[in-house]
Amino acid sequence: MDALIVNTYPVTARDYTSAGHASADIKRRLKQLGVGGDVLRRVAVASYEVELNLVIHSDGGRLELQVFPDRVQLTSSDVGPGIPDLALAMREGWSTANDEARSLGFGAGMGLPNMKRNADDFDIQSEVGKGTTITMGFRLQ
Amino acid sequence: MTIADMVRILNARVLLGEEKLDTPVHTACCSDLMSDVLAFVDEKTVLITGLTNPHVIRTSEMLDLKCLVFVRGKVPNDEILEAAAEQGLVVITTKATAFSACGILYAEGLRGVPVPLEWNAEDE
Ligand SMILES: Nc1ncnc2c1ncn2[C@@H]1O[C@H](COP(=O)(O)OP(=O)(O)OP(=O)(O)O)[C@@H](O)[C@H]1O
Ligand SMILES: [Mg+2]
Repeated sequence: MDALIVNTYPVTARDYTSAGHASADIKRRLKQLGVGGDVLRRVAVASYEVELNLVIHSDGGRLELQVFPDRVQLTSSDVGPGIPDLALAMREGWSTANDEARSLGFGAGMGLPNMKRNADDFDIQSEVGKGTTITMGFRLQ
Repeated sequence: MTIADMVRILNARVLLGEEKLDTPVHTACCSDLMSDVLAFVDEKTVLITGLTNPHVIRTSEMLDLKCLVFVRGKVPNDEILEAAAEQGLVVITTKATAFSACGILYAEGLRGVPVPLEWNAEDE
């Protein structure tokens, strides 16, 4: 099925000033389409977490929004550095965030578990030296 | 409890949203870690925090939070307050520390977001 809306947001590594703007735009667009309540909040939370991870941990990447009649899909892809131990990264409390990110309120090690909890479907693929791709699906009732 | 009650109990100053102080408050969360907030909170929750950077406002936007309480008399800069105003947030600041602000509000009946206290297999 073709997506009704496809939008791509480039995300720059270490750009803490703009971090979160893509997610704010995604939330606004979905709201305009009539998506609300619980689904909207779950998409917003997962989107913010994945966007901040691109800023904090990746060497740069992009976030893609696709809206289908019955679901929303978010895809985050980056150009590195990849995650050496996915099981560890998915664990609540595990974080390699640096001091700068921590001083801004990140580094709880809760982002990936939060995404998994909020999305109806969650997939993460990562290869060290290549990059990380996260796909999240949200059913629209 | 309403936001007005919190203002009174905490002897807080209202930085934004004077007209919305009758908004009811159901639960509260106190954290300086944005992912913790994103993990546990819904829109009827008040966020108590000592962190005054734009990410606090963006996190509130993602969750549609209604009220922010800054502790130790902290006041965010104008740019941050403008972003908060755009979202229609009520923002108050109290001289109390985070611990005391939570204790005072808890004593007056405000509760945290319910989380189970049981440990489960994933914790081992
Ligand atoms: N896109 C990415 N590229 C490389 N490493 C990543 C990426 N996303 C996450 N990681 C790694 O996985 C760890 C856990 O990520 P997670 O989002 O759960 O926590 P965090 O970002 O460290 O803290 P929080 O999200 O609570 O602010 C990170 O500390 C980092 O080591
Ligand atoms: Mg994260």
